[in-house]
Amino acid sequence: MNIVEARNVTKSFMGVRVLDDVTLDIALGERVAMMGPNGAGKTTLVRAVLGFYHLDGGTIRVEGCDPVKERVKVLENIGFIPQMPPPVKLSLSELLTFVHRSTGAEKERIIEQSEAMELDLKGHMDKPFFKLSGGMKQKLLIAIALAKRSRLLVFDEPTANLDPKARERFYRLLDSLDYEHSSIFITHRLEEVEGLVNRKIYMDLGKVVEDEKI
Amino acid sequence: MKNLALVAYLDIKESLRARWFYVYAFVFGGLMGLFFISGITDSVVMGFTGLSRLLLVFIQVTIIILPIFILITTVKSISSDRESNVLEYMLSFPISLKEYYWGKLLGRFATVFFPVIVALFVGVAWGVFKGGDMPWAMITLYSALIFSICSVFLGIAFLISTMVKSHDVALGLSFTVWILLLAFIDIALIGLMMQNRVSDELILAIAMLNPLEAFRIGAIALFDPELTVIGPVAYYLLDSLGHTFLMLYAVLYPIFLGVLFALFGYTIFKKRDIL
Ligand SMILES: Nc1ncnc2c1ncn2[C@@H]1O[C@H](COP(=O)(O)OP(=O)(O)O)[C@@H](O)[C@H]1O
Ligand SMILES: [Mg+2]
Repeated sequence: MNIVEARNVTKSFMGVRVLDDVTLDIALGERVAMMGPNGAGKTTLVRAVLGFYHLDGGTIRVEGCDPVKERVKVLENIGFIPQMPPPVKLSLSELLTFVHRSTGAEKERIIEQSEAMELDLKGHMDKPFFKLSGGMKQKLLIAIALAKRSRLLVFDEPTANLDPKARERFYRLLDSLDYEHSSIFITHRLEEVEGLVNRKIYMDLGKVVEDEKI
Repeated sequence: MKNLALVAYLDIKESLRARWFYVYAFVFGGLMGLFFISGITDSVVMGFTGLSRLLLVFIQVTIIILPIFILITTVKSISSDRESNVLEYMLSFPISLKEYYWGKLLGRFATVFFPVIVALFVGVAWGVFKGGDMPWAMITLYSALIFSICSVFLGIAFLISTMVKSHDVALGLSFTVWILLLAFIDIALIGLMMQNRVSDELILAIAMLNPLEAFRIGAIALFDPELTVIGPVAYYLLDSLGHTFLMLYAVLYPIFLGVLFALFGYTIFKKRDIL
């Protein structure tokens, strides 16, 4: 079964083709490393999967649903970590409330996952998210994404702010997920995710130029 | 729609920590303070009590400050959420665009409406404490007028924020709308009137389409039922439109406009790329 089906996806920004006829299937259980130079269209492609863009051509289906028209259904099954931790002004306890109420993920689970990332949330709950250190933010975003137990995990360069030890811990957590899921890692360093992925995709100039199972 | 309340609630919590909110509350609270100190409440001018005069000054200041405050803070917060990718993250959760948009709007409404209302009530309480009567009719009308002016400018702010993605352009547009409604339309209309080429009725009708004008007339209408403050024009307006109609118009028209702008903004929000 395919979690993601992208057919001839085309998207331009101000006349520039950022996604150029991209066709891509991701099956349940596949873990994809997505690579390519800056500006290749990787972020744009995953944002399109998350329903942020109206396509100029082609279709995207996530478990059979249109990410724009059925965004709630689609996003219920996606855990997403953005490229940079955004400066969210909510306090941690508010952010956890938001996550819990919108997705059903228990706050306890998020706190557990944070502890597994060696991030202690106690004593920080009233702090605004943006005031945490870069590493702490990244760890919390990881904890939230994993606590949702989504069938599709989308990580846009999730380890940029992590030290090697934290990165190691993150990979171990991913490895220990005990349910069937697929994931997309956008990364510049294949060697880091090599043990985690079973497929690698290389994008350039808005096209998939290499796609290989490993 | 359970997430609508959630989005609104979190937006209020966020605003309560934001600097702009304190500046805003402080400006209106501070104005009240200034009025007391300058003794406006004690003065008796032209036959109406000091309390009414306090309200009038409050309304005049509101006409100038409230719109620009609502426009700038709202447009700024929405476009900076977009530019800093906060919007991307928050909308990667299963929240419908409807809940997000209208939740934000409700939250914003609460944070811009209540400080002004509180300031108004503090002013009235002071006046009553000083020996004035409790002006129920005025409080009701002025609360309604502030409600409607908040509606229209929030509607405009949300429309601008969804139409224009660039931070700077959105801010520039907000200033333009503000100065247009506040002064330029009036100046242009006066110019037209002096040329005597267009009928005065038409010019008045155009003036009344400006929500700030509607607000101004409504505010003054109760304050001075004969509308003498705004001169001979008042007789024409009163004659042709009637007092009750003017009041209803001043309250309902801006609300109607605000809802219209907000709805228009919502359709754009749904139809265009979010980021
Ligand atoms: N919302 C947008 N508006 C205009 N241009 C955009 C937008 N999003 C991305 N781009 C452009 O699209 C290109 C691809 O961007 P992106 O998908 O972020 O690349 P990558 O993630 O592979 O580095 C870049 O040239 C970028 O400037
Ligand atoms: Mg990118």
